[in-house]
Amino acid sequence: MFGKLSWSAIPWDQPIPLITVAVLILIGAGLLGLVTYKGWWPYLWTEWITSVDHKRIGIMYILLGVLGLARGFADAIMMRTQQAIAVGGSQGYLPPEHYNQIFSAHGTIMIFFAAMPLVIGFMNFVTPLQLGVRDVAFPTMNSVSLWLSASGFLLVNVSLFIGEFARTGWLPYPPLSEAGYSPGVGVDYYLWAIQIAGVGTLMTGINFVTTVLKMRCPGMSYLRMPMFCWTTLAASLLIVAVFPILTATLAMLSLDRFFGWHYFTGDAGGNPMMFVNLIWAWGHPEVYILVLPCFGIFSEIFSTFSGKPLFGYRSMVAATLFICIVSLMVWLHHFFTMGAGPAVNTFFGIASSVIAVGTGVKVYNWIFTMYGGRVRFSVPMLWSLGFIFTFVIGGMTGVLLAVPPADFLVHNSMFLVAHFHNVIVGGVVFALFAALDYWFPKAFGFRLHPGWGAAAFWFSFIGFWVTFTPLYILGLEGMTRRLQHVNIPEWGPMLQISAFGVAILVVGAACQIIMLVVSILQRDRLRDTSGDPWDGRSLEWATPSPAPFFNFATTPNVEGEEAYWGIKLAAIESQRLGPEPKYEPIHMPVNSPVGFYTAVFATMFGFALIWQIWWLAGLGFVGALAGFVVFAWRDVHEYWVPAEEVARVDRARRAARQALLDQIPEQPEGAPA
Amino acid sequence: MTDFPLPAAAETVRRVREDPHRLGHRDPHAHETIEGIGHGTTGPATKRVIVGYGFWIFLLSDIVMFSAFFAAFAVQRGATAGGPGVSELVDMHRVGWETGALLLSSYTCGLSFAATNARSKLWTQVFLLVTGLLGLIFVGLELLEFVDLAGRGIVPQRSGFLSAFFGLVGLHGVHVTLAGMWLLTMMAQVQLKGFRPEIVHRLICFNLFWHALDIVWIGIFTIVYLMGAVA
Repeated sequence: MFGKLSWSAIPWDQPIPLITVAVLILIGAGLLGLVTYKGWWPYLWTEWITSVDHKRIGIMYILLGVLGLARGFADAIMMRTQQAIAVGGSQGYLPPEHYNQIFSAHGTIMIFFAAMPLVIGFMNFVTPLQLGVRDVAFPTMNSVSLWLSASGFLLVNVSLFIGEFARTGWLPYPPLSEAGYSPGVGVDYYLWAIQIAGVGTLMTGINFVTTVLKMRCPGMSYLRMPMFCWTTLAASLLIVAVFPILTATLAMLSLDRFFGWHYFTGDAGGNPMMFVNLIWAWGHPEVYILVLPCFGIFSEIFSTFSGKPLFGYRSMVAATLFICIVSLMVWLHHFFTMGAGPAVNTFFGIASSVIAVGTGVKVYNWIFTMYGGRVRFSVPMLWSLGFIFTFVIGGMTGVLLAVPPADFLVHNSMFLVAHFHNVIVGGVVFALFAALDYWFPKAFGFRLHPGWGAAAFWFSFIGFWVTFTPLYILGLEGMTRRLQHVNIPEWGPMLQISAFGVAILVVGAACQIIMLVVSILQRDRLRDTSGDPWDGRSLEWATPSPAPFFNFATTPNVEGEEAYWGIKLAAIESQRLGPEPKYEPIHMPVNSPVGFYTAVFATMFGFALIWQIWWLAGLGFVGALAGFVVFAWRDVHEYWVPAEEVARVDRARRAARQALLDQIPEQPEGAPA
Repeated sequence: MTDFPLPAAAETVRRVREDPHRLGHRDPHAHETIEGIGHGTTGPATKRVIVGYGFWIFLLSDIVMFSAFFAAFAVQRGATAGGPGVSELVDMHRVGWETGALLLSSYTCGLSFAATNARSKLWTQVFLLVTGLLGLIFVGLELLEFVDLAGRGIVPQRSGFLSAFFGLVGLHGVHVTLAGMWLLTMMAQVQLKGFRPEIVHRLICFNLFWHALDIVWIGIFTIVYLMGAVA
């Protein structure tokens, strides 16, 4: 009846997950109780859960990513403290089987359920605004994507309490991950959580390729798109190109595990190295899926806070597409030690180094953007400057690792761990915190507190380097990754410094939380009445803050690069806004619960497959399918916003702009200060 | 007969106008702007173009997934672990009938869309039904093949090669089965809701999907069966 599921699946003997789950359940029950008590359910359901508005979906993606970041960071704290303690005679507080689950969960969650939702969240929130359109190409599919990602994250967290998580690392290499060596449900939790979330990500990729290529406001030709839209396009193209490989690979591993097939087994003609090749053919482009939109975020910020157009815009576009393509040709550098021979290793070594050329073009462009500009050191700019410093060093250690003979010495060492945290924390996490500060006023109508934001930056920046510099040194001294216990007492002090660095990072995270609380409390003082708090240059700043659900009252007409900057300069020069447009009714897509229903059934389906409860899996599959059929049957797809409502919202926006304009003294020539 | 607001001729004119490349209708060197194709100068594309375009992108991703299974087959073609090789499981006679049924179904699928363009509900349904039946014949013959092989002890658990064989061919079979379920819901929609724009869009997508599965089958027929027969 219940497959492999029984009461013994709950880890009654392990206090850490039990206490965590108890706390999580208490918090969750408290939140649900509060929502019920306050009567917020109708609001939550109609305005958020069933929303197909790209801005709402973006915000929910970002919330999901922040939850993932918290969970992954908790895992990181446990790993660093365990390694700081478990040196020499001490065994620390985490037994090996638990420690293995923690490093596997840390990597899985940080990539799939922290970085991906955050990056996709910003793609959702920003791209349609920058393109001057009212929504993405497929708004309802966007909602399905979001809820499938949430379903995957839920499954990962269910594994805390019911069963176990994978102990096989964030990429489950066979034969270790085959049924013979990992008979528990840990790997199955991994497989189905990632499969479900991966389908959501693939749909996001399709959605954004179509949005960027087919849904731009009049005049927004390719070479007038903001850099962030270009990077969204590049990342979405990569998603479409490589996520199917992930789906295929994990499906093959599932067939091996469930039915005893021999794709990747060590015997009967199975080929474990085929898994490693396939998974990295997805895995390496995946890091560029994460980092390319972040490069876009930095491009926007450097240009805005330097008061200059982005330096070398066309070379930036070229470098983005160059990285997009070459990233598909470097996967083998993750396993130079496979023994593919000098010719193959040389090819992939050179290809990996060549990526640094494209990235170098970008770094110089950002530096030259600042050169001669009026640089403002606001919080997003601090993160961006910290990024250049951190990312360049991470990139250089990466070029070192791209040299096969050097790679043989530090393969799978702490040096590697330090390298990829150097580029992912420096490149992706810093970008996401910068973006949070930068676009927060557009989402909620008030800025974040700059003092606490700066404090968060400095603690995170210093904490990062204190944590990871010792790991570089340990890696060079020969310490391998994923050690639950360290035999060499001389490595103890370095590991303890690293744990101290994590403590600084915790302070940084606390600053972020305080920043949010303080900003909400002081929201009237931090209110953004103009809609353009940073003196921005792209179309999202042409809307009021927070942006109305239809984004633009009339579709913008773009007449050059930096669409909003041109409009703004014209208004300032003539000291008045353009003529009031003729307002017309707008049609918008209606909300739909199909995303939420699909995710409920997908969760049921995934959970049933993990525990091999076949009837429940069938129920989940049929339920999800029925949801789509019912959705296809609906008669109303769109509704009209009356012209009067559009006019009312836009006249308020124009009044705010006029007030802003009146504050600016007459400019004889040049750009405003 | 239908509740579609435009007569078929007007729809055809609109369709030609929306053809992104206007094949045969436009001087390729002309630089006039075309409304509704989303090329930047004229604003967002029409819903029909967006839906078709998005579905093409999905098809590309689906073909990437197949390519992973093709790659696995290529890698494991010789990994028979002492079991049967590829030449021992090809029955060209049966595969020929399978292929014929599927290719013919692509033709009838195209006819169904011609009928859709003419807004003929009857002939759309007839040709969709024929398409579905031919698909059923294909899946049935494939199942017979698998049962036949299993009877001879040729199962995916036997060797890496057989895993790759059943995985690749089976994945295609699952696709055709799901496409058949989609076909049934499309027939129901056409019957009960008529040729609404969104239903015509879905018929376009369904046609694309069916033809794509045909193309993938040609790859499987060549690489697995033909090259297996001569091995």
